[in-house]
Amino acid sequence: MSFSNSLELLSFHWMAYTIYAFIIISVVAWFGYNLTRKEKAKSLVRIPFYGYMAFLVAGGVGHHIFTYNVVPWVSEDITRHEITPDKTFDITIKKHQFLLPQEKMVIECGEKVMFNVVSEDLVYGFGLFRQDHTMVTQMQVNPGSRNDLLWTFNHDGIFNLMSTEYSGPRGNQMFVKNAVEVRGCDKRVAMLEGGRL
Amino acid sequence: MTLMNGVNFKPESLNALQKVTLRAVVMSFLFYGLAAIEGMIMRVATVVPDIPPVHGEPEHFFSIMTVHPIVGLFGSTYQLVFAAFMFLVPFLTKKPLYSVKLANVVWLLITIGTAMAWIAAFIWQYAPMYTLYWPLPADTSQFKTIGGIVFILGVALIMFGTFGFIYNIYATIFARVGVHKNKTTKELLISGFGIDGMLNLFHKLTGRPPYTKEPALSLPVVAIFRGTVDTFLDAIVILGAGILVLIYLIADGVGSPLDMAAIDALLYKNWFWWGLDLVADGLVLIYVAGSWYLLATIITGQKLFMENVARAALMLELLVSWMVWSHHLLADQGQPEMMKLVSGEMVTAFELLTQGLALFITLVTLWKARPLKPTMELKYLLGGLVGFGLAVPAGIIQADMAMNRVLHNTQWIIGAHVHIAIIVGLYMTLYSVVYVLWPLVTNNAKLWSSKLSNAHFWLHLIGGIGMGAFMGMAGLDGMLRRHMYFEGEFQTYMILAGLFGSMILLAWVLFMVNIIMSVGLKGLLGIFLPARDSTASYGLEPEPELAKV
Repeated sequence: MSFSNSLELLSFHWMAYTIYAFIIISVVAWFGYNLTRKEKAKSLVRIPFYGYMAFLVAGGVGHHIFTYNVVPWVSEDITRHEITPDKTFDITIKKHQFLLPQEKMVIECGEKVMFNVVSEDLVYGFGLFRQDHTMVTQMQVNPGSRNDLLWTFNHDGIFNLMSTEYSGPRGNQMFVKNAVEVRGCDKRVAMLEGGRL
Repeated sequence: MTLMNGVNFKPESLNALQKVTLRAVVMSFLFYGLAAIEGMIMRVATVVPDIPPVHGEPEHFFSIMTVHPIVGLFGSTYQLVFAAFMFLVPFLTKKPLYSVKLANVVWLLITIGTAMAWIAAFIWQYAPMYTLYWPLPADTSQFKTIGGIVFILGVALIMFGTFGFIYNIYATIFARVGVHKNKTTKELLISGFGIDGMLNLFHKLTGRPPYTKEPALSLPVVAIFRGTVDTFLDAIVILGAGILVLIYLIADGVGSPLDMAAIDALLYKNWFWWGLDLVADGLVLIYVAGSWYLLATIITGQKLFMENVARAALMLELLVSWMVWSHHLLADQGQPEMMKLVSGEMVTAFELLTQGLALFITLVTLWKARPLKPTMELKYLLGGLVGFGLAVPAGIIQADMAMNRVLHNTQWIIGAHVHIAIIVGLYMTLYSVVYVLWPLVTNNAKLWSSKLSNAHFWLHLIGGIGMGAFMGMAGLDGMLRRHMYFEGEFQTYMILAGLFGSMILLAWVLFMVNIIMSVGLKGLLGIFLPARDSTASYGLEPEPELAKV
């Protein structure tokens, strides 16, 4: 099991959390109903206290272990200093403006791309969004510190750039249409399917 | 006539402690209404940006967004929690409140401070958000200096009010009168930090008799004691940030601007989140756990299940709440990876354990005492459990390096986590406390309508969950939490969130109608008139000598 982009991960998350939400609401509703019945309800299951505690610990810690193993950008992010990127884009943000190295940043499918972003004044965000407004990835951009995001793009697309951090009312205009284009994934898939890659 | 005189409420029969409690409660619910209206204005503006008073202008939209949490959290929640605890601590310790005069100063300072912050946003559109990320709050190219100064002074007043509350609570707990006449400060400290519970567990495991059979402080007081440590640290940090911003604003105002880069933005973020997170992960969770334990014992009339474990867990939460702030900085690439892993992910995950434990103990305590009457306090308590049952995992899920990369600053965190935690989890717990305390603080005034109470409960519960859920879904689809959209990008979600949000607003209207009809307009006014009876305790006769009214 592996998630190749945010859409796959968030769809899984949507399903898992919705199921959980219905379970926890149902459990408390069941408690509420049976707490007030004159006839004492019997417990459906006996949950040992330490078993419940172990479940919580496993849930809290296991969640991170699970995502580390199935979401590729986690390990890539942690070890990004040891990875040589295929491409690097140096970007500056100043007075609520993105100063890009080129009008459109073109990326070939599967390339490891480093976005180095510098803020010269406020705290901003650097976020890439699909045309349907869903988020591809993001990071915070703090003035005076390193803001480097290493990302591997596995799907074709033309992405818009937005600030994902509030930087005052003027920051609401921080939008660059079609700032990033990823291409070649269709060809790559075809080659993979044809056994040539 | 009922509107003027209420059902059977007699404000002249209230003592000083009851009156000061009710004054803060009244202000709290007025601010709650203001926050609900602000929330609805923002909800509608995400669908129709041109609606007044936003008029399609980000300056107005973000001013509202800036004061919304100040009004909601400080003006309303802080007031309500402080009022309840300044009544409960004397009630539970069977001692008088250290100072009713100070309690009056607390609600006045918080009310005036909240009003000042609101005015700064309303008149001068000062809008740095509650996060105050450096150097935005001192950015005079976007905000007027006077607006910033009034806002910061307002927040400072709220923090001074908070210090007043803290002093009153600890002075009451440590007062060696009544049942604590022969207790030492050390004994009270050991009990306050939950250490006696931990020692009792250790003694049990090693086959020795318990460290203490009768702890000096009851469990809810331990939670208040423990949560107030975080309240203090949080107030210090917020006040410190306020002083820093004020220095820069004043320097700018007198024509000698200081170098913004002298303050490291990331270091500031760490410092600020360390303090601010104590509100959410220290203060709220601990106060709430204490409130659940209190409510469970009052509703059932029985001892709390696994009390020693609960005491020890409050001690554990002390360490957890101080070490989790990095989950707010998982998207900050300059933040050391080890801090992200340890503080941001692993220690944060322990909140699932501490809150899950509180939920377990509360439910088992209720279960063992069944059958129970379906009272309003029980319903609200269960609503509160549902709220945190939904909101805590929603937050833990995002406190993960994989999820945070695609969810940070989206509507997920503010909807599915924050709003459900506060509106459903925290407020339903607080409403339960209100229903428990109502007969005590009003001398058994009758509620005007139980039907309205029920309508309020269901509207608030369904509205809160529904609004948070649709905000969360919008977040999963990429909607940012602090962005004004003009092209109807997330319209369907926002219309649905708005519909559920209007249920919350309607619930508040029904609650206020019920309360006003119960106490009457004369009674409401009477709460603010001086008390004839200067007693600073409840249910104690004669009054011990410590009261200073």
